[in-house]
Amino acid sequence: MSELHGVTVVVDTKGARVYVGRCHDIEADRIILLDADGHAEGEGGVSKDEFVRRAARVGVWGREARVAIPTSEIASIRRLGEIPVE
Amino acid sequence: MPYDPALVQPMRDELTRIGVAELATAEDVDAFLAERPGISMIVVNSVCGCAAGMARPGVRLALGHSLRPDRVGSVFAGQDVEATARARARFAEYPPSSPSVALFRDGKIVWFLPRHRIEGRTPEAVAAELTKAFEAHCGAPKS
Repeated sequence: MSELHGVTVVVDTKGARVYVGRCHDIEADRIILLDADGHAEGEGGVSKDEFVRRAARVGVWGREARVAIPTSEIASIRRLGEIPVE
Repeated sequence: MPYDPALVQPMRDELTRIGVAELATAEDVDAFLAERPGISMIVVNSVCGCAAGMARPGVRLALGHSLRPDRVGSVFAGQDVEATARARARFAEYPPSSPSVALFRDGKIVWFLPRHRIEGRTPEAVAAELTKAFEAHCGAPKS
């Protein structure tokens, strides 16, 4: 079991999307998030960075019960709680 | 589905024995937040590990600070469903998370500590976040 199990993380992808959610498991080929929310760069005029900073400030709307993100698409994984809040 | 009440009782007791009022119904929440003036704090308790290892011990440490809220209550997520929903309705701009902690001035939310800023931290670190908020919002020291 990953040390991130149960921890709210930010999964940035190599593409336009970023995800924030509770890490359920990290497998060889994918990471599984529960109660997650995703955002695409520029969607609604909001950058990925702005989306993540807002999530760090207020939390995560769990719009998707379960999201599986292929490891090959992942650029980085960070704990949401480590992102500075203004 | 709620857990066995006997299993959850020690998790409730951990807060009530340090003076935290248990808000078991929506009416309890309304009455608690209707008390004015001053600073009220609501702890959203839960059965998860970060409530046991970080949130509840952090709250206990923080309430030993010279500055603290005028009154402190708790709702139990997943157990006291209506009370938790009523409390969350008072800070609906924040996504639901548990454990979490909310501070209110005269019944209006002024500060919120979501689960992701509790998980993975020590009780001392959680207490430091809380006492920083107390210093910002709770006015003159109490004896």
